[in-house]
Amino acid sequence: MVELTKVGMADLRVSCHPSVLTTLGLGSCVGIALYDIKTKIIGLAHIMLPSSKIATANTNRAKFADTGIVDLVQQMEALGADRRNIIAKIAGGAQMFAFASANESLKIGLRNAEATRAVLAELNIPIKAEDVGGNFGRTIELYSEDGRLMVKTIGCGVKYL
Amino acid sequence: MEDTIATNELNSFQLDVLREIGNIGAGNAATALAKMLDKKIDMKVPQIRVMKFSEIHEILGGAETQVVGILLGVQGDINGSMMFVLDCASSQLLVNILMGRPARAELQFDEMSCSALQEIGNILAGSYLSALSTLTNLKIMPDVPGLAIDMAGAILSVPAIEFASTSDTVLYIENEFTDGMDSVIGDLFLVPDNASYSRLLHALGVI
Repeated sequence: MVELTKVGMADLRVSCHPSVLTTLGLGSCVGIALYDIKTKIIGLAHIMLPSSKIATANTNRAKFADTGIVDLVQQMEALGADRRNIIAKIAGGAQMFAFASANESLKIGLRNAEATRAVLAELNIPIKAEDVGGNFGRTIELYSEDGRLMVKTIGCGVKYL
Repeated sequence: MEDTIATNELNSFQLDVLREIGNIGAGNAATALAKMLDKKIDMKVPQIRVMKFSEIHEILGGAETQVVGILLGVQGDINGSMMFVLDCASSQLLVNILMGRPARAELQFDEMSCSALQEIGNILAGSYLSALSTLTNLKIMPDVPGLAIDMAGAILSVPAIEFASTSDTVLYIENEFTDGMDSVIGDLFLVPDNASYSRLLHALGVI
């Protein structure tokens, strides 16, 4: 049984095969699961905001899609992964609370998902599967064995991407 | 430009003052809740938590625990969020008491129950903030509440995200309500933004 390594909010982890990375209770945050199909090196980031450019406190690069994903790929490469073999799966980006007023900051989930797609496209990393949006939280687990991503929700149970 | 203090620079005296603010606000909220339910409500000593984002998931005993969260924006001289979080059993109990149904009646999260829960959140936040407003002479108003029933981690991250662009930590003033027999009913959080807790401390003359 391979131990689960937890990735907190605004955090990222990479690891070699065999390993399992998990992040719990993704709301409007987005979980970015990367998998090198050759070396089976995996990386998981839990980002909170789309861009570090608007931030006044950006000491933690893992908090943002733009800086977090770049760091994640670099750390995987440091372990021996090859960018050309990396594929991505993403989950999260929900809108947890429905308000009558259309406050922009509440659509953060949507913007996180869009920014994530844009950054991955820029890095030439293909998105193989995604489970984003909705109004519910998600827990995800990424397996180095075959790069499968388990997505667990309270309402819809468990599925694999 | 106003002086603001980073969450990690607050000294123990200032934290004590914030704790006392939590005490006064929640005391008022507990009274309102007790009246509404005609039931004894106790509260624990408030906790001031200055948390890194990566730790937030641990607050309510597990990121995946299903909870009911009622979130209200706070506006005026103080900006931030208030959130009332309760487990499903407690929300069932509260709604049943409020609607005059048997306490053990199974709760359907239908429109009526959700609306009742939002109203509970509204009343709690309103009484908390009005005590705070009287004490500090600041104008503080709650927004319309929103409701979510989901994983604790996903719900608690919502007020945190608002501050993520300006801070690496978030300050939660947490109050736990119990029913007098030590079983937890829910947790009320005030999450003021960076400028706001400085303003609170200013208003009370401690910075």
